[in-house]
Amino acid sequence: MIHLSLPAALAALLAGIGVYGVLARRNAVLVLIGVELVLNAANLLLVTAGSRPGTQLSAGPVLTLFVITIAAAEITVALAIILVMFRKAGHIDLTAVPDLTDDPADEGVS
Amino acid sequence: MTTRDIVFAAVGVVTALSALLSVTTKHVVHAALWLLVSLGSLAGAYLVLGQELVGLVQLLVYVGAIVVLVLFALMLTRAPIGPHAEIDTPWWQRVAGAVLGGATTALLASLLLPLFSGVSVDLDTPTTTTPQVAQAIFGTWVWPFELLSVLLLVALIGAFAVSRLVLRRDADERAPVPAAAATGDRG
Repeated sequence: MIHLSLPAALAALLAGIGVYGVLARRNAVLVLIGVELVLNAANLLLVTAGSRPGTQLSAGPVLTLFVITIAAAEITVALAIILVMFRKAGHIDLTAVPDLTDDPADEGVS
Repeated sequence: MTTRDIVFAAVGVVTALSALLSVTTKHVVHAALWLLVSLGSLAGAYLVLGQELVGLVQLLVYVGAIVVLVLFALMLTRAPIGPHAEIDTPWWQRVAGAVLGGATTALLASLLLPLFSGVSVDLDTPTTTTPQVAQAIFGTWVWPFELLSVLLLVALIGAFAVSRLVLRRDADERAPVPAAAATGDRG
């Protein structure tokens, strides 16, 4: 026997910690860590709701597996963008003033 | 309080504390390592909840792949070793973030706790076992599952294209002098 209010409370706590992590970090990779925590809160909630009696189609665990896959795809693209940002700007500080000067290389591409 | 409640409470405390440390530590690399602890103990929480397949996939994909990717990204962006105050936003923004995070927790808890209060599940005779999950994936959910493989392929190509695009542009920037001299002023 397990009381399902415990996993629900943990999911709420993880979501709050993830929101704080997104807002309190300047380093782009560390912002992603906050996003991962929010995603994991959603996963835990899905598993918790799926273990209630009377759920159909095994929706809880199956959708959790889907969310884990989508998170893997998301973080791949996000880290590629972060690496490109580091190569172009030399830093991954999200609060830095953006460089808006005219880049002559951009005209040749578009 | 049953045995599973106590075990889940222990695993959950480890998960929440390491998650809190991963968003508050001043060491960049420690944040990724605390995330590893948090995700690993969350896999333990899935095991306690009786979903061993989800727990093992969590270990394989999150702990095995995603945290390693994050560590690689930290290395490639030359993350500083040691405490570094520059990775955090100013204090007033952190206070606002703490207020918003606490508000999120309070909102979700006030919504979810009444929904799940008093619901207790006997996990010794589980409702969804691993064979049932497998049958559901390759039966009811087979088309979303196939679509996910396409999504992974698109993400792979997308990540590759994003990094290639800039590489080619950097190469153009390095040797444009003869071409620019030949075509003259482009305006």
